Amino acid sequence: MATKVNKVGSAAKKGNFLLTLKKDWSLWMFCIPGIILTFIFSYVPMYGVQIAFRRFNAKDGIWGSKWVGLQYFERFINSPYFGRTISNTLILSLYGLIVSFPIPIILALMLNSFRHKRYRKVIQTVTYAPNFISTIVMCGMLLLFLSPTVGIINTVIKMFGGEAVNFMAKKEYWRHLYVWSGVWQGMGWSSVIYFAALSGISPELHEAAKCDGATKFQLIKYIDFPSILPTATILLIMNCGSILSIGFEKAFALQNNLNLSVSEIISTYVYKVGLIDNNMSYSAAIGLFNTIVNMIMLITVNKISDKMSGNSLF
Amino acid sequence: MKKTNNDFEEKTSIKRCKEDVIFDTVLFVVLTIILLIVAYPLWWVIISSISDPKAVSSGLVIWHPIGFNLRGYSEVFEDDSIVRSFLNSILYTVCGVLVNLAVTLPTAYALSRDKFSGKKIVTLFYVVTMFFSGGLIPTYLVVRDVGLLDSMWALILPGCLSVYNMIVARTFFKSNISEELYEAAEIDGCTQGRFFFQIALPLSGAITAIMVLYYGVGHWNSYFSALIYLSDKDKYPLQLVLRSILISNEAALQQAATTAEARAALNAKKELIELMKYSLIIISSIPVLVLYPFIQKHFVKGVMIGSVKG
Repeated sequence: MATKVNKVGSAAKKGNFLLTLKKDWSLWMFCIPGIILTFIFSYVPMYGVQIAFRRFNAKDGIWGSKWVGLQYFERFINSPYFGRTISNTLILSLYGLIVSFPIPIILALMLNSFRHKRYRKVIQTVTYAPNFISTIVMCGMLLLFLSPTVGIINTVIKMFGGEAVNFMAKKEYWRHLYVWSGVWQGMGWSSVIYFAALSGISPELHEAAKCDGATKFQLIKYIDFPSILPTATILLIMNCGSILSIGFEKAFALQNNLNLSVSEIISTYVYKVGLIDNNMSYSAAIGLFNTIVNMIMLITVNKISDKMSGNSLF
Repeated sequence: MKKTNNDFEEKTSIKRCKEDVIFDTVLFVVLTIILLIVAYPLWWVIISSISDPKAVSSGLVIWHPIGFNLRGYSEVFEDDSIVRSFLNSILYTVCGVLVNLAVTLPTAYALSRDKFSGKKIVTLFYVVTMFFSGGLIPTYLVVRDVGLLDSMWALILPGCLSVYNMIVARTFFKSNISEELYEAAEIDGCTQGRFFFQIALPLSGAITAIMVLYYGVGHWNSYFSALIYLSDKDKYPLQLVLRSILISNEAALQQAATTAEARAALNAKKELIELMKYSLIIISSIPVLVLYPFIQKHFVKGVMIGSVKG
């Protein structure tokens, strides 16, 4: 019976494309709105990325502007912003990756072997909550917290006889603030996926190990950790793929003139060049450069991981 | 019965070895510290928002509210631009989520059907957008060219389908709405369209809730698209107004104070704005945080569905 259906299916595929289309037309209709909108707002811009190779002026539009080849890429590579924005972005995202990648794993492992189930629920509920606070509110809270006049941190410093520090004005603190506030906001929520993977481990494994006298630490080391390693690898690859695409929202919200030399990253620079200075082509070139580097990173890391551990994205 | 007794005995009678006792204690301490680190800033904002502004600005408010005072809240509700942006945000979020659902769920359903002839090509169509995009400026130019600048649709249409969410929904449909169910309905003369609306959707309350939450929180919290696409201040969503108050301090006082009286008035105003910040943080997070305890389960479920095939 099954083979018969298959045969009919493949015959239709080969013989009559229209027949399958007719059979599936309602499912195709389901996809149409999404396809049209995605085409307009994702694919047309991909085609429009050629303004990076043209000197854009509003009068002639994207297609009529003069072709200038790689001029804008050369200009970016030769400009002082090239080294600065790229190194800022790289440092920030590598620092972020090193800190905020392992912490959720550790948190999930700790929660999973925690004995007090009800208290564990409380911890989970509270640590997930900051994830749902908006970037603006989070940054606003950070500024209030660190404020030299009303901030609680400085109140404590003053209490111990120290001097108030204006954290946001000191650029040496900026990266730490950016990364660790991200940890504060994201660690709970990022641990959910590992916690889910951990709760999928069959309890018999743990019981057997306990019978053999394994300590709790050994359970984590030999059972829990290896079993979430594949999940962790996939997430690590995906993180590496976006290593140069740190989100705009938070960096922009935490920027001020005093910390600009460390806080100017590619995405904020693209925004300023393109939409504030109105230099569309130059900005598009920087953006395209960024996308290409990301693609190369993703493919490279994926290959390395595939070779080393057999886990890969595609 | 006997077996459960045995289990019970086992659990209570086996003594934890010394290492495990230490381990459990350390775990308890570390997790409690983490809990406090996460919870304290939230608590501090809450108590500051209901305290006397003078106590807040002189750093007295640390553990509990001092001098109960709701003036921050009443000031927020009297500020026209804040109230308007709050309503704008609600409008954008509701419309945005409706569009998201109308686009995401049908697509996800179609792609979850094994016999759908376009499965491969449509999936590829979406996966490409995950890894490659035109970037900020080309997208901006398209939005401008289709005439959406300064309109709420510029915030809604470009992100109408998140591929990640679509994959989550597809996985759900695949494992919960079986092909056999459709075949049975088809024999009775049901079309795919009718099947989707009358049978599949009513069975998919959980995934619909998850999608509403994911997309809804996203719309409520985002400010970037509003920043680049909207220029009319009356159309600003809440987050953008919050930004000008919390981050760039635009509301803070341009006029210079010359006389002692003016200086005092200025200081009072400064304190009020400082106070408004706390209540603003609370008010803007309320829609999400009030729902949060009820929806947490769904959120987590969404992650788990997604992790099956991410």
